[in-house]
Amino acid sequence: MLKILKYSFYDLMRSRWSYVYFAFYLLLGVVLLFLNNDLSKAVITLMNVIIVIVPLIGTIFGVMYYYNSKEFTELLLAQPLRRSSIFLGQYLGVAISLSMSLILGLGLPFIFYGLFKSSAIWDFSLLLVTGTFLTFIFTALAFNIALSNENKIKGFGYAILLWLFLAIIYDGLFLMSLILFEDYPLDKLSLFGTMLNPIDLSRTLILLKLDISALLGYTGAVFKKFFGTDFGLILSLLMLTVWVILPVLRITYKSKKKDF
Amino acid sequence: MVSIQNLHKKFNKNIVLNGVNLDINEGGIFAVLGPNGSGKTTLIKSILGMVIPNEGEINVLGENIKNNSSYRNKIDYLPQIANFPSNLKVKELIKMIKDLRTDTNADEYLIRLFKLEPFLDKKLGNLSGGTKQKVNIVLTFMFDSPLIILDEPTTGLDPISLIRLKDLIQKEKSKGKTILITSHIMSFVEEVSDEIVFLLEGEIYFKGTISELKAKTNQPDFEHAIASILTDNHA
Repeated sequence: MLKILKYSFYDLMRSRWSYVYFAFYLLLGVVLLFLNNDLSKAVITLMNVIIVIVPLIGTIFGVMYYYNSKEFTELLLAQPLRRSSIFLGQYLGVAISLSMSLILGLGLPFIFYGLFKSSAIWDFSLLLVTGTFLTFIFTALAFNIALSNENKIKGFGYAILLWLFLAIIYDGLFLMSLILFEDYPLDKLSLFGTMLNPIDLSRTLILLKLDISALLGYTGAVFKKFFGTDFGLILSLLMLTVWVILPVLRITYKSKKKDF
Repeated sequence: MVSIQNLHKKFNKNIVLNGVNLDINEGGIFAVLGPNGSGKTTLIKSILGMVIPNEGEINVLGENIKNNSSYRNKIDYLPQIANFPSNLKVKELIKMIKDLRTDTNADEYLIRLFKLEPFLDKKLGNLSGGTKQKVNIVLTFMFDSPLIILDEPTTGLDPISLIRLKDLIQKEKSKGKTILITSHIMSFVEEVSDEIVFLLEGEIYFKGTISELKAKTNQPDFEHAIASILTDNHA
């Protein structure tokens, strides 16, 4: 698996998209710091961007990489390699290179700005950890979609729909259900609902850490009341890990049954 | 060498292989023939484990191939359409495949044989179809495996390369290897193969030597013998 990971990673490092993505974050970091002049405010703005953009890039890139490396995959399948190591190697190659672009792109401007002397360093680190989690989750989901759809256009369509659903539609539906059933106790339902969406989960996680009640929203408040800040943090990190593991398991399962 | 029992495969509702039983003994060149869509490539891909059969059992060199990947160390496979990652250089691709399998020096000889030296630093995406096929051949023959599977090996090759390929195949055969070939070029098949397997609608219609086939169909030459099977079955 490590060899496949190595080749996928090299392959991506040479692709211009990794640099575009890196440059985008570099620019974003510089602009935010320049405009905000305040590290903790920049972190909050970044959170809003990361939570929407990272899943989008992860999904698109994951689907694109899978379809583009079809030839490479077929070449590998005829070699004495296990299927799970081929696909997990490719998945990790994509996820790690995307995470690296994110961490380096955002990290560099913040380090130059004086992150290490600032109290915002933990908030910022958590932001990067969450971004990395989101990359791993959405790349895995994208690989799942691509593995299940031979048709590229369909695969891309489903991937965009998935992102749209989790990033935007889910919140709307969630809010509507809360308004519709406001006469009932909805604490547990809303907790459950947050767990089922990695994007909501990440937002709650970061806001819990930043401790900004005004931005926490209903679910965040329930989350905090229910679990407290520390336990809430641990629990949401745990849930994000589950969100990585389940799609990855499905990649191994699905790849074993697929015809090429 | 390869034994296949009761192999069934369908893609959605399309039945491609319908109970194939096949035993391929060690040593010699076997040609798998059949009209388009008769399941040749599916059969080969099943042997390689790229296609998962719905039913049936395949053994390669005494090993059941289900959930197994190490047996592929003993197979050299030449895929039908040489599709390689387009942003890799020829040199890098050869190095990568060696890294994934075992190290070998045979590639140098093969590169010289097919005059590929000027292309080593070119990206695979910029190569012509025939040159890609030559790279494909180098990748296949550089390992010394007892079973060689060639899916349409002649595609895009110029006459000189074709002669070299035939020599190469004969050389491997003389080492006692088993070689499985599919091709639509009947003269090529007639020239190189010892035995043919004819697939028709997902079943094995005929297995034997070319002279046996001629006798069975009452045709004087191989091409007409094949044609008569097809017309008899589609009329």
